[in-house]
Amino acid sequence: MADYEAVIGLEVHVQLATASKLFCSCPNHFGSAPNSNVCEVCAGMPGALPRVNAQAVHYATLVGLATHCEINQNSVFARKNYFYPDLPSGYQISQLDLPLCEHGYLDVMVEGQSRHIGITRIHMENDAGKNIHAQHENVSYVDLNRAGTPLVEIVSEPDMRSGAEAVAYLKALHSIVTYLGVSDGNMEEGNFRCDANVSIHKKGEALGTRAELKNLNSFRNVQRAIEIEIERQKDILEDGGQVVQETRLYDAVKNTTASMRGKEEAHDYRYFPDPDLLPVGISDEQMAAWRAELPELPASRLARFTAMTGLPEADAEVLVSSRAMADFFEEAASHAEARKVANIMIGALQRALNARGCTVADTQFSPAALAELVNIVENGLISATIANDIVPDLLESGAMPEAYVKEKGLVQISDTGELEGIVDGIIAANPAEVEAFRGGKTKLMGFFVGQVMRATKGKGNPAAINSLLAQKLQ
Amino acid sequence: MNTVYTETLISLRDKLAAHEITATQAVQACLDRIAATEPALHALLAIDADNALAQARALDAQGYDASKALWGVPVTIKDALSTQGLATTAGSAMLAGFVPVYDAFVVQKLKEAGAIILGKNNMDEFAMGSTTEKSAFQVTGNPWDMSRVPGGSSGGSAASVAACQCFASLGSDTGGSIRQPASLCGCVGLKPTYGRVSRYGLIAYGSSLDQVGPLTRTVADCALVLQTIAGYDERDSTSDPRPVDDYMAALGARRDLTGIKLGVPQEFFGEGLSAEVRHACEAALKKAQELGASLVPISMPHTNAAIATYYIIAMAEASSNLARFDGVRYGHRSPAPEQLQDLYVKSRSEGFGEEVQRRIMLGTYVLSSGYYDAYYRKAAQVRRLIRNDYEQALQHCDIICAPASPVTAWKAGSHSQNPLEMYLMDVYTLSLNLAGLPGLSLPVGKGEESGLPVGMQLFGRAFDEATLLAVGHVLEQALPSFGLPAL
Repeated sequence: MADYEAVIGLEVHVQLATASKLFCSCPNHFGSAPNSNVCEVCAGMPGALPRVNAQAVHYATLVGLATHCEINQNSVFARKNYFYPDLPSGYQISQLDLPLCEHGYLDVMVEGQSRHIGITRIHMENDAGKNIHAQHENVSYVDLNRAGTPLVEIVSEPDMRSGAEAVAYLKALHSIVTYLGVSDGNMEEGNFRCDANVSIHKKGEALGTRAELKNLNSFRNVQRAIEIEIERQKDILEDGGQVVQETRLYDAVKNTTASMRGKEEAHDYRYFPDPDLLPVGISDEQMAAWRAELPELPASRLARFTAMTGLPEADAEVLVSSRAMADFFEEAASHAEARKVANIMIGALQRALNARGCTVADTQFSPAALAELVNIVENGLISATIANDIVPDLLESGAMPEAYVKEKGLVQISDTGELEGIVDGIIAANPAEVEAFRGGKTKLMGFFVGQVMRATKGKGNPAAINSLLAQKLQ
Repeated sequence: MNTVYTETLISLRDKLAAHEITATQAVQACLDRIAATEPALHALLAIDADNALAQARALDAQGYDASKALWGVPVTIKDALSTQGLATTAGSAMLAGFVPVYDAFVVQKLKEAGAIILGKNNMDEFAMGSTTEKSAFQVTGNPWDMSRVPGGSSGGSAASVAACQCFASLGSDTGGSIRQPASLCGCVGLKPTYGRVSRYGLIAYGSSLDQVGPLTRTVADCALVLQTIAGYDERDSTSDPRPVDDYMAALGARRDLTGIKLGVPQEFFGEGLSAEVRHACEAALKKAQELGASLVPISMPHTNAAIATYYIIAMAEASSNLARFDGVRYGHRSPAPEQLQDLYVKSRSEGFGEEVQRRIMLGTYVLSSGYYDAYYRKAAQVRRLIRNDYEQALQHCDIICAPASPVTAWKAGSHSQNPLEMYLMDVYTLSLNLAGLPGLSLPVGKGEESGLPVGMQLFGRAFDEATLLAVGHVLEQALPSFGLPAL
């Protein structure tokens, strides 16, 4: 078997969460009745003209800054001409020669190794509408609600070598755009879409012919599709065949790709500068203001959080999985011990959120409540076990932990008089274990602690129980 | 019969202000004039008589309002401009019966100023032509000689104004489409500086060249209409935010041409210019000298590259601008297409006329992969040189003078077999659009052989329409009037 190397580049389309569309004032909103968010501009009526949405330029620039791009302060919109029923004006307004952002990169961790992925360019463009094909009649409909919504297309260098690297890069991009708050990043709704260019070659030899993979609508599918494409190309080359340049559509159900169109069917888009739009000018002052508002990004926060908590990166990643989560941690950790805050977030909180299928922002839980929860464990009011157990209730109710545990009678029993009676009872009830313990089976201490805990319904102060048991079992 | 329709716009406005006539009477007079002339002239594609009368009555009921510059003034509009609720076809079968959902910016401005829209003017299909013969619907006559063309593409507008169907019309000018028909019909036409008037709602031909402007019977009327439609529009990114000059004040401030330097480019008075047009222009220049102007010989060396440059850029832009006419959302859709490709091919082949198809194909070609650099990019570079010619010339003079058309109005059908011959007719007008500068065409006399109107153009500096109008006004007052066509 020859030693092949895969070469992968990604084109990622991110829908920007602006209030209105890219070239008109129609709402940029998902889920409205068909053709209700449409005006003469986004419907391509005769004589209507586009005008650039400043918020979209702002958002796209933030994406460029967050990915270390150079920003062209005079970028140019160009028309990409092709016919399709969901494209009302017969051309998409995109950018070619002078895109908004160029020459960026992301450093991502893949299996403990840092990988440097170049970003060729990021440009702005408008999305098309949607064609809807009726199931039982021979007719198709066009919904133009999505037509004109703002996208950025982020084109990477062919710097990835495996499906895992591609997904790591894609996840890093995803967390950046959601951190910035410029996109909802919902892959299923199509506001974060990815196409992959894949080729393979033998190391030291010229690059192979690439295939473009489309319809990759989840992180998992991106990885699987790339992996099977690499295998498909290997098989072809091993059999002495040649890979053809083409676009292939991924089928997630069958986990296969199928040819969609070949090179000879590729469009000639006849790009030229859009005469309806002036170059998009961004002043130095504006650039400075946008730079200043750039939030701390996930990679930097992760480094800081691991230092704060002493946790390994793999564990701390949960804390930076969203901007809301990271802000939550930061706020709670300013009022309680960071490591303990992190432990509850990574464990009980994350489990509770997964179970409910929501984010921390969707719950009643506050950073102040989490800090209080950590602190009442610390001062002995409740045990760590109780603390973890009540997280789902706190999420649901929004109650403050101290008031909650008092009301529910979960406060730890630290009164040695009360505990002493219970400890005596347990010792009396388990003579054989007492005998064995005293005979040297000191591991049985755990058994006795467990018994006392059970008797106190988890409320016994572990330190006090340990000390009492040690004393009585001597 | 009420003959108020022969008045100038300014004169009508004064009569309306003085309550010598009502808006309803003005509109009725024009409608009567249309009824009398239209069967032979064919200047209008749609006539909105009922609405026009209803609006006039409503205005009369409210009483004259001096804050509205065009209160009660009947106008017509080139069919390339979107009018809400009134069919807008751009002279194409592709848009037969198409009723827009919105008003063009300029239409909105006219309505706000109290103007009353009588109808929509015939034009070459999608403004592609120089004779108005390329309309899918009808051939418009020249009011001075019905067997001749009115020019184009705003030929319906020019004919309508010259025939006194209205007091002003709006046209559009991509390579001379206002100035050339104005010249052939003996009226005044102005192409403003690119960006002075919003293009929002103008059905695009060549977006970087298109500009909306007035056609009127006098320069003062032209100034008043331009005052109404000029200004920034946030919906057109290429419209310019600088304030609009007071054109009427500029007209009032100038009595003669003292201190005005008129540039006479050798390239515009050379080979190809008919003797009668040359003589009429030279007579006008002599008159300008008598009024105090000095004549400065100038040269614009890249003029001969203008036609090729213009047609590459205009057709490239047109090929993309006309892509939206695909039969999917509005306009002509071929009945029962087999599949998607078929829907496009048939709808567009049936809906577009020959000239439009020719220009779409040429435009598609020059933008194609492998040809872009040789054609479109090169044309964009030459365009810069042509602009430089104008900029340099205008450092040596205030205004550049040029004929509007090499010949007076020609017989209908006489050039229709040879598109190239027709393209060459635009030689004196189209370089101005490449430069983006303003140009006024005004009648300077009648051709000594043909007896037909001759127009001369005045080109000015960017956003200096005020000087063009003031100089044009002085010249117009000094030149002998040749009256109205006998219709």
